[in-house]
Amino acid sequence: MTHDEVVIGRVFRLESGRAVAAVISMFGDIDLAEDAVQEAFTIALQKWPVTGVPPNPGAWVTATARNRAIDRLRRDARGANLLRDVAAQARTSRSSDELSEEEVVPDDRLRLIFTCCHPALAPQGQIELTLRLVCGLSTAEVARAFLASEPTMAKRLVRAKHKIKVARIPYRVPEQSELPDRLPRVLTAIYLTYTTGQAKQATEPDLCAEAVRLGRILRLLMADEAEVAGLLALMLLTESRRATRTDSQGELVLLRDQDRTGWDPSLIEEGQALIHWCLRRNRPGPYQLQAAIAAVHAEAVTFQDTDWHRILALYDRLIRMAPTPVVALNRAVALGEVHGAEAALREIDDLALVHYYPYHAARAEFLQRQGRTDEAARAYLAAASLAPGGPDKHHLRRRAERLSY
Amino acid sequence: MTYYMLSPRSGTAGRRPMTEDEVTHTTEAVLELEAEIKSAGAWVFGGRLHDPSTATVVQPAGDGVLTTDGPFAETKDHLGGFYVINAKDLDDALGWASKVSSLIQTAIEVRPFVDEMTS
Repeated sequence: MTHDEVVIGRVFRLESGRAVAAVISMFGDIDLAEDAVQEAFTIALQKWPVTGVPPNPGAWVTATARNRAIDRLRRDARGANLLRDVAAQARTSRSSDELSEEEVVPDDRLRLIFTCCHPALAPQGQIELTLRLVCGLSTAEVARAFLASEPTMAKRLVRAKHKIKVARIPYRVPEQSELPDRLPRVLTAIYLTYTTGQAKQATEPDLCAEAVRLGRILRLLMADEAEVAGLLALMLLTESRRATRTDSQGELVLLRDQDRTGWDPSLIEEGQALIHWCLRRNRPGPYQLQAAIAAVHAEAVTFQDTDWHRILALYDRLIRMAPTPVVALNRAVALGEVHGAEAALREIDDLALVHYYPYHAARAEFLQRQGRTDEAARAYLAAASLAPGGPDKHHLRRRAERLSY
Repeated sequence: MTYYMLSPRSGTAGRRPMTEDEVTHTTEAVLELEAEIKSAGAWVFGGRLHDPSTATVVQPAGDGVLTTDGPFAETKDHLGGFYVINAKDLDDALGWASKVSSLIQTAIEVRPFVDEMTS
């Protein structure tokens, strides 16, 4: 790719979500919007190297995409009818391609996000569609993110959009009364994107960065919702440790061994500010609690300074809100730090998580602390066999090996 | 506006049979809900079906058809009834389906009819 293409591509990544959302609002058709924005991209590749990037690129992309969409609609009879209806409702009609620099493109991305994350769509499909339409990733990039082939991913996206169209999933933000059911799904989709990014460690596309971006968009457009702020805080605090999670050889570095001077202080500060806002808002929820736990770690100057009592208290609240085995496991680890290995193992052994590698890793850690070396080694091996390939797997195997001398 | 089919997952295996009172109560509640769907202008068609043993099956055989005592032997699940409603979008249809589902304590599948305009 030429330098121009890289720069223009970057701008489009930032602006295409708003443009797609706006054009869907105008004409009610996702495919039309997607194609129109794609055409606008092609035009930008031709024009911008000559004219330079416009001062209000978002407005340019939206206006150009709108005009491309109108062009396409003019070409067939059904489209012409739709155009007449739209024109009757339009407040302005511009013939030029440019919107003025001051013109604010209304942000319809919330409608787009809730539509992509509608419960009628499978969770994996929700993420893929959100990355494609809201984040502006290409089909190839989404495919790479999930280790699928491009044609497979293209088919999946087509199927999801087809369902939206024929089942008539409405393009709207749910009513306040529906949000308790609908908002958690959006948050889950975003957080799943983030954790997938962590697990895959691919840097192109960077799913963690895209998830944080989605979190920021949601925070901007739903400034009142505490769980939205909580999710963003959780992701920012986790991101703050990213640089220290693996060493120069790509090996895993545990939390207790991480060089905390390598943690990003601006992300920590931002996360903490969000948590303070959440506390004042006083509408607690699971993401806020997880963020608060992450913040306790962030505040400890060294691992030894970690306030495990506070973490355990937060887990006590989290388990009541979200009584899942995974939360119980994480709570048991905190319990172990406060009350010792035996207490932790008692809690852990009760959990039905044999296929979940952190379960075996946690058991192994506490068995090791009790000096039960053989059992610990076996547990590390069990964890290693279940872990996906990468730093986690190597680390677990190494610990098993070290115990077997 | 789009037509949707609301069909219950059938098969009462594992569920204890309802008492007479429960049957009466549920029937009344269902009739009430159907009246609500009608007054909202969403009703197209629907009803309960007779027992699967009352069914007859016609199937292609050679150049013609073969008629036999029903139902389809292969399916354990037999359709007990269905509704066809007219709703403005999926959320609207899901609203009705949720009411039906809660009322008869059964999963409901919501499927759109092919609309000649958008297919």
